[in-house]
Amino acid sequence: MASIQMDNLHKVYAGGVQAVTGISLDIKDGEMIVLVGPSGCGKSTLLRMVAGLETISSGTLRIGDRVVNDLEPADRDIAMVFQNYALYPHMTVYNNLAYGLKNRKFPKDEIDRRVREAAIMLEIDKFLDRKPRQLSGGQRQRVAMGRALVREPAAFLFDEPLSNLDAKLRVQMRVEIKQLQRRLGTTSLYVTHDQLEALTLADRLVVLNGGVIEQVGTPMEVYNAPASLFVAGFIGSPAMNMLPLDYLKNSGAASGLPELPAGTDLIGIRPDELTLAAPASGGFSLSGRLMLLEPAGAESHLYVNLAGSDQPITVRVPGVPSMTEGQEVVMHVARDAVHPYNQQSGRRTGNLKPAKAAQAVS
Amino acid sequence: MVENNRWGNLFAHIVLILGVAIVVFPVYVAVIASTHPSGTFLRGVMPLLPGPNAIENYRTVIFEGRSRAGTPPIGGMLWNSFIMAMAITIGKLSISLLSAFAIVYFRFPFRIFFFWVIFLTLMLPVEVRIVPTFEVVANLGMLNSFAGLSIPLIASATATFLFRQFFMTVPEELMEAARVDGAGPMKFFKDILLPLSITNIAALFVIMFIYGWNQYLWPLLITTDPEYYTIVMGIQRMVTGGDSEPLWHLVMATVTLAALPPILVILFMQRLFVKGLTETEK
Repeated sequence: MASIQMDNLHKVYAGGVQAVTGISLDIKDGEMIVLVGPSGCGKSTLLRMVAGLETISSGTLRIGDRVVNDLEPADRDIAMVFQNYALYPHMTVYNNLAYGLKNRKFPKDEIDRRVREAAIMLEIDKFLDRKPRQLSGGQRQRVAMGRALVREPAAFLFDEPLSNLDAKLRVQMRVEIKQLQRRLGTTSLYVTHDQLEALTLADRLVVLNGGVIEQVGTPMEVYNAPASLFVAGFIGSPAMNMLPLDYLKNSGAASGLPELPAGTDLIGIRPDELTLAAPASGGFSLSGRLMLLEPAGAESHLYVNLAGSDQPITVRVPGVPSMTEGQEVVMHVARDAVHPYNQQSGRRTGNLKPAKAAQAVS
Repeated sequence: MVENNRWGNLFAHIVLILGVAIVVFPVYVAVIASTHPSGTFLRGVMPLLPGPNAIENYRTVIFEGRSRAGTPPIGGMLWNSFIMAMAITIGKLSISLLSAFAIVYFRFPFRIFFFWVIFLTLMLPVEVRIVPTFEVVANLGMLNSFAGLSIPLIASATATFLFRQFFMTVPEELMEAARVDGAGPMKFFKDILLPLSITNIAALFVIMFIYGWNQYLWPLLITTDPEYYTIVMGIQRMVTGGDSEPLWHLVMATVTLAALPPILVILFMQRLFVKGLTETEK
């Protein structure tokens, strides 16, 4: 077990493409860090740089106390779980698990003990004599995890390990990975493009975009106060509504807008922070016409065109409200649910406090 | 076929049976001819039923040969052919596996250039370079030796190319997983790449063995010592050797025996083949 320190890591591919630009990140011992971002944001490249499968163009990478920039993957004391599992197709499950230990010249009984232990932990002990192709997707996934587990490495690296599983299995494996990581307390770096996976698994979340870090924080920090427009749009589903301040002031769709931090010219409001009932105190309201009511089981999504706009905003309400499409709707927003941004810089301009006396701007 | 037409089926079978008959008939004639006494063929009529001399003919070619015409007993020639074919096959397979491995998995300067150079040599059959090759082999003192018989035929662009194509389809993650698992390049090659290639190796083994076994021109050129004669060129010597009429019954017995090892290799390898096809998966 060990910490991982990335200091100003860069990756430039032959041909000049910058995949990773100046990433610095300290991962504490036993922490589960999730790298999340859209495809092409450099998250997999960064993980592979930590694994040693990609060279580091500049910067320093430490695992534990060692600088590992020039070490082979095998010497970095890490284990990796691949997206397509990368199990050795001609070896039995047992040999798949044992291969890394055999290469490291572990004594036979030690290998046997570790393999059986991991197999029992992952409930694959019944399949030890099978070949990977005789297993289902979920079982293969477990074998891939087992292969990492038996090594008892300083850090686990997960490269989108759940993206080949069906939705139900994905949720189940997600929970298991989380429990396993908690139990073992092994430092982990987990790459995904699925924001729900990211939010649920992470101790800390790293949102990447275009090879740079947009925000680092606990899932709730990132969700409650996205540091940039990119993070605001990427984390949360359905996506946050973005409303230009000019439009709100001029169209008359909003009433009682609170005072916003200097430099704010865009506000974001999450679909579930728009309520149909007026809050006890503070806040402001938006009005528009309901274009579409989309029941989705326990909740419904309303698509509402604000006055003078034909870009619908999304509202998420519990249950199915008794409304008809085409009717006028008034929605309320608590003061502290407003996310203020500056469009030019793309950064958050501040936080709004849930003050009692909401001051109207216009 | 979705449609199950009676006459269509019948027609298809007739065509297939005719095709098989055309291919098999000469083989049948050869086998039949090897069972007749020597006089039979001088009448110019090919017998189509087995004759009485099978055991005697085969005994003659195996144990006596035709010493008068300078043809040794064929046991030795079969053995020579076997050694040559095996040396060529194993040599070709190991060299092309290694070079394909290098080309696919290592980054070295002029990698693509070397690949194309190897690929270009595909276009040059042995016969084109046979005179310079003979010169080289002669100067190296390898005439009348197994080394001379096999080494010049070992380089194989075809097999290199096929293995390269196969290696390209092996997911890169396997190599990366092996690296993380602490396997160096040669260990990865031995533990993972070779077992995955086993079906390809079996297929190429068959093809290469038959290629080696059927070599005619090259052994004819470089062997003058009967101790190194191979069976395929030995047949030719039997036909033309001596002043007498060709002893067709003995030639045919030799031909029949010469055809056996490739058939055995195919039968044996086919089992491996099917096993490989059903048991491994990429």
